[in-house]
Amino acid sequence: MFWQRMLSHKVGIIGLGLIVAILLVALLAPWIATHDPLKVDVANREAQPSAKYFFGTDDFGRDIFSRVIYGTRISLYISCLSVLVATLFGVIIGGISGYYSGVTDNVIMRFMDAVMAFPAILLAIGIMAVLGPHMINVVLALGFIYIPRFARIVRGSVLSLKEKEFVEASRAMGNSDWVIIMRHILPNCMAPLIIQATVSLAYAILAEATLSFLGLGSPPPAPSWGNILSDARNFMLDSPWMTFFPGVAMTLAVVGFNMFGDGLRDVLDPRMK
Amino acid sequence: MGKVLTLHDLKTFFYTREGVAKAVNGVSLFLNKGELIGLVGESGCGKSVTGLSILRLVPFPGKIVSGKILLDGQDLLKLPLDRMRQIRGAQMSMIFQEPMISLNPAFTVGDQLVEALRVHREITKAEARDRAVEMLRMVEIPEAERRFKEYPHQLSGGMRQRVMIAEALLLRPKVLLADEPTTALDVTIQAQVLDILYKLTQEIGTAIILVTHNLGLVAEWTRRVVVMYTGKIAEEGRVKQIFEDARHPYTQGLLRAVPLPGQSRRGQSQALYEIKGIVPNLLQLPPGCSFHPRCPEKKEVCSREEPPRVTVEEEHHVSCWLYS
Repeated sequence: MFWQRMLSHKVGIIGLGLIVAILLVALLAPWIATHDPLKVDVANREAQPSAKYFFGTDDFGRDIFSRVIYGTRISLYISCLSVLVATLFGVIIGGISGYYSGVTDNVIMRFMDAVMAFPAILLAIGIMAVLGPHMINVVLALGFIYIPRFARIVRGSVLSLKEKEFVEASRAMGNSDWVIIMRHILPNCMAPLIIQATVSLAYAILAEATLSFLGLGSPPPAPSWGNILSDARNFMLDSPWMTFFPGVAMTLAVVGFNMFGDGLRDVLDPRMK
Repeated sequence: MGKVLTLHDLKTFFYTREGVAKAVNGVSLFLNKGELIGLVGESGCGKSVTGLSILRLVPFPGKIVSGKILLDGQDLLKLPLDRMRQIRGAQMSMIFQEPMISLNPAFTVGDQLVEALRVHREITKAEARDRAVEMLRMVEIPEAERRFKEYPHQLSGGMRQRVMIAEALLLRPKVLLADEPTTALDVTIQAQVLDILYKLTQEIGTAIILVTHNLGLVAEWTRRVVVMYTGKIAEEGRVKQIFEDARHPYTQGLLRAVPLPGQSRRGQSQALYEIKGIVPNLLQLPPGCSFHPRCPEKKEVCSREEPPRVTVEEEHHVSCWLYS
């Protein structure tokens, strides 16, 4: 049922294809890459794309193709983990807020509003400045700024779900709050959550790149799409391949997640169509 | 026959911003072991809230203010919440009005039945499964094995309500609160569902409070009737006493407002009787007997003082000034 409808959704399937391709690239990076991404080849600095260096080399003579391939790993790793963190805390916070409503709800949601009121990237920059550049810190910073979106979605779903008769019936059967939340409420807000998570992955990839570009992301020399771009920006006019290829990789990933997210929304959300 | 459930002067009030709504205002009633009684009244008279109060599931901003709810002599209002949870579902359970949304759409019918069993009993999944399938057979669901694995949306309304009955009776409770269990079903299915409900509860020995506004159901299935109006009991008695010898003007009005087949053909076509006026706002109940503004036989005292409870016959009581 789900797969039939998903398969007939062309845009969604293209998105899924892109995501699968990117995941494969990340998994098989050591076999796909032609060079060591960190190896410096002084003789071939800023070389044009060629048979030896598919995407050319950067100002240290490192192979951009291999760096982009390995960068996929880091970019995906950071964005997936940060969305996971955001989902986890968003579900807990939104669940408590929606289920217990009243004062608890008000306090929590006003705090979430405050977090949301900051421009996301600015907040992430602030957090990174405090925590210092480290991969885990990037995950935490990005995770934190996305919590409110998840909390809001979960709270909204919980608010409407807890009035449903099957929740009341479950309470009349003698179930505890914990069982009611875990068995009767959360499984029924999975659809909007999955959609939000997919779309957030796209944002997280961009945000991670933004942080790296500003020098606050995953620290060099490890390649991520953002810091490849960051290194390359001084040579944009002389050696455009240095910015072009990581840019393309990032675009494909973002477009892929967005398309897949759209597809999921059309398939999972009965109100569409 | 011993009393399995007794309500003593139960009061459940809702503290809204506009004021205090006395949804249940001094209700006393009892339920014998294995007995089926009807709780009837118009919308908003407090019958559903009475049911929810018995399970202590009154929604916010409602609160049980005073009174006693005795289940086998044990006052439920004095129990800690976790003890109360053990009673819900095991000793008392409830069926709700809307079978369409009373089952969790994310799990199969079987999952939900097994869960209901395992909340209260320490049994293995396989045992629970067998019991659940057996119960589905008892509520006369054909191909119980197959239905067990299906999701609620694959079942019809009547089928779902039977699943709800199965779930409610799974642990052989002493008391079942059925809140308009058949209102959402069409008439032929209503009869089937009630028939199953009746047979099963007789077998198990479960007493039922049937909350409804359908007087036909009450006449056909119950032994005693309790008529509620604005949170109070207007009249109660055996079915025969109520249907043939109703004393309270409100009960009389309710009965006259039921259309009889062929009524208009018998000579002059008269318009169907209606009780004039509407149910008063619970926030602004009229003083004295709250029915007096709508009552065709009101006396001067009715608007001043609350009517006393008068025993007309054995088991037949009425709260009205006409009889004291």
